[in-house]
Amino acid sequence: MDVMPKWAEVILVPLISLILAAILSALVILAIGENPVEAVNLMVTGAIGSTYGWGYTLYYATNFMFTGLAVSVAFHAGLFNIGGEGQAMLGGLGVALVLLFIPWPHWTIALLAATAGAAVFGALWAAIPAYLQAKRGSHIVITTIMFNFIAAAVLNYMLVNQLRPAGSMDPATERFREAVHLPNLHEMLAPIGINFSKAAPANVSLVIAIIACVLVWLLIWRTPLGLEIRSYGKSGRAAKYAGIGAVRITMIAMLISGALAGMMAINNVMGEAERLVLNAVEGAGFIGIAVALMGRSHPFGVFLAAILFGFLYQGGAELALWTSIPRELIVVIQALVILFTGALDNMVRMPLEKVFLAARNARASKSVEPAE
Amino acid sequence: MDFLALFDLAVLDSTIRLATPLLLACLAGLFSERAGIFDIGLEGKMLFAAFFSAAVAALTGSVWLGLLAGIASSMVLSGIHGLASITFRGNQLISGVAINFLAAGMTVLIAQDWFQQGGRTPSLIGGGRFEPIILPFAESLRGVPFLGPIYAELISGHSILVYVALLAVPGTWWLLFRTRFGLRLRAVGENPAAVDTAGVSVVGLRFVAVGICGVLCGIAGAYLATGLQAGFVKDMTAGRGFIALAALIFAKWRPWHALWATLLFGYLQAIALRPDIIEGALGFKVQVQLLDALPYILTVVILAGFVGKAIPPRAGGEPYVKER
Repeated sequence: MDVMPKWAEVILVPLISLILAAILSALVILAIGENPVEAVNLMVTGAIGSTYGWGYTLYYATNFMFTGLAVSVAFHAGLFNIGGEGQAMLGGLGVALVLLFIPWPHWTIALLAATAGAAVFGALWAAIPAYLQAKRGSHIVITTIMFNFIAAAVLNYMLVNQLRPAGSMDPATERFREAVHLPNLHEMLAPIGINFSKAAPANVSLVIAIIACVLVWLLIWRTPLGLEIRSYGKSGRAAKYAGIGAVRITMIAMLISGALAGMMAINNVMGEAERLVLNAVEGAGFIGIAVALMGRSHPFGVFLAAILFGFLYQGGAELALWTSIPRELIVVIQALVILFTGALDNMVRMPLEKVFLAARNARASKSVEPAE
Repeated sequence: MDFLALFDLAVLDSTIRLATPLLLACLAGLFSERAGIFDIGLEGKMLFAAFFSAAVAALTGSVWLGLLAGIASSMVLSGIHGLASITFRGNQLISGVAINFLAAGMTVLIAQDWFQQGGRTPSLIGGGRFEPIILPFAESLRGVPFLGPIYAELISGHSILVYVALLAVPGTWWLLFRTRFGLRLRAVGENPAAVDTAGVSVVGLRFVAVGICGVLCGIAGAYLATGLQAGFVKDMTAGRGFIALAALIFAKWRPWHALWATLLFGYLQAIALRPDIIEGALGFKVQVQLLDALPYILTVVILAGFVGKAIPPRAGGEPYVKER
């Protein structure tokens, strides 16, 4: 099984996949008559060339950390949660309800309450598909896809018919109170003398996202529950013989996954928009899939991949601003990353394995020779 | 209260038109999934085909060339799906997700490059669109009570692709259940090892199935952009690929049931456009969001097995590894 050394598995395979995706993206840019080198330059300047750019990059990255972790936890249990989008939408609803109907005195308590609200709503939205998978054998991929659409309808109904302030045409809630305004990176870094851009939306949720990365790592690799989740994901039948309940693990893993996806809402709804709008999630739930695949479902990998996608997102917005390349370029890059790191994984892996196998055989035969 | 208004001819007429892309995509998925290849990339393939059919029709003025381009482009994506999920034994679901995003991004990117109209194609006129076909005697029979208007309004007057879709139902049934090819195709989705033992190529059969899926998705997309509407707009499939997927489960992977399921979902789409009729018929207002979500809710209920259990082909989603 282990033909390749660990470093090749963890670094080389994703790196080659990423390079393939990058080459193809460059070809796409060339094909539409733009200069890939210039495009990369623009993206780098726009996304990480200023604290303003960094602020947006990190803001997007925060979203993707949550959704990427959500997909990863489910992956570890052998489940493909494609419903991060819907769970994040419902998380937004949870945040909005918590913040609109309770007059919180300070943002710190409000943040804790909103995080809990987001997590509970996201987890509940994942609970039904999880239960149906565990108890009735309904394929979780299909049910979570369906739940994305149902979530969109629910959110639409809530915003248009229930939460919209009287007299407003905009399907959105009213603004949250000033007291629950989350400090952004400018406000956080000013006391220690760093002058960060005021306009950028990155906020204290980034810290929560990083804490979530650490907690997920602890959960998956340092707790008995994590061991159970991973064993169930590797082989459901073997786990069953070891006394690990399929229903229990499926439910727990999906509840955690849904909660993580829902928690994204503290960043985009509470931190950035400060009200709930219709398309608050903006596809971040789906980008979580790409992030988890690229990060090999490891929290540190997810952290790095989320920052990379944050960079792509902000860079792509800058590209759309300064060139004729539409924002959809990012969707193409995202698709290529999913394709190469996910679906075409074996295409990269098989030749690599051959190389390593040949190298190992060559070494082995050399060490045998003197004995003869 | 006017309950019969729910079955107004105009509503039923638009039901047929809205059900057509769903039906074609549903049958496309049927071929693929019966052969053991899950396909959640129906949406992307339709979108790709919608764009390329509209673009080529706009550039050449010929809707038939547009149709061919649509089918070809959809088959390219099918090829990628086959390469990833059959040749390289990758995860079929992840490949489907990638294909959906690839189509969503590439269509806008190319549309912007070719036409500079913000991700849409120019509106199609004249030969660039599929025109409605008036069936023989439609006008002269209109006077016949009851059946006359049904024939003239409902059955006659659709574009050729609508009839192609309807004929594809018996065609699919015949191919899958009355031919040797169909038997093998179904077997490869249930027990590929047995097919392999019989000396038939599992890989070959699955590629053919994925190819047929591409053709049907191509027609579905072409109908969207050149029949139902006059041109491509960004994200114009609007979840139809997933509704088709839902219909496929609703139909339990059977062709005739696929027809009924897609007609039902088409009807839900058609009636959602006429809230006035619903209110008139039922006496109360039905939230349009509920109608939007109904196909998905029904599918979850079916999947949950509370109303007849939906059991997918047994080898679905699993790459086939030959014994060594």
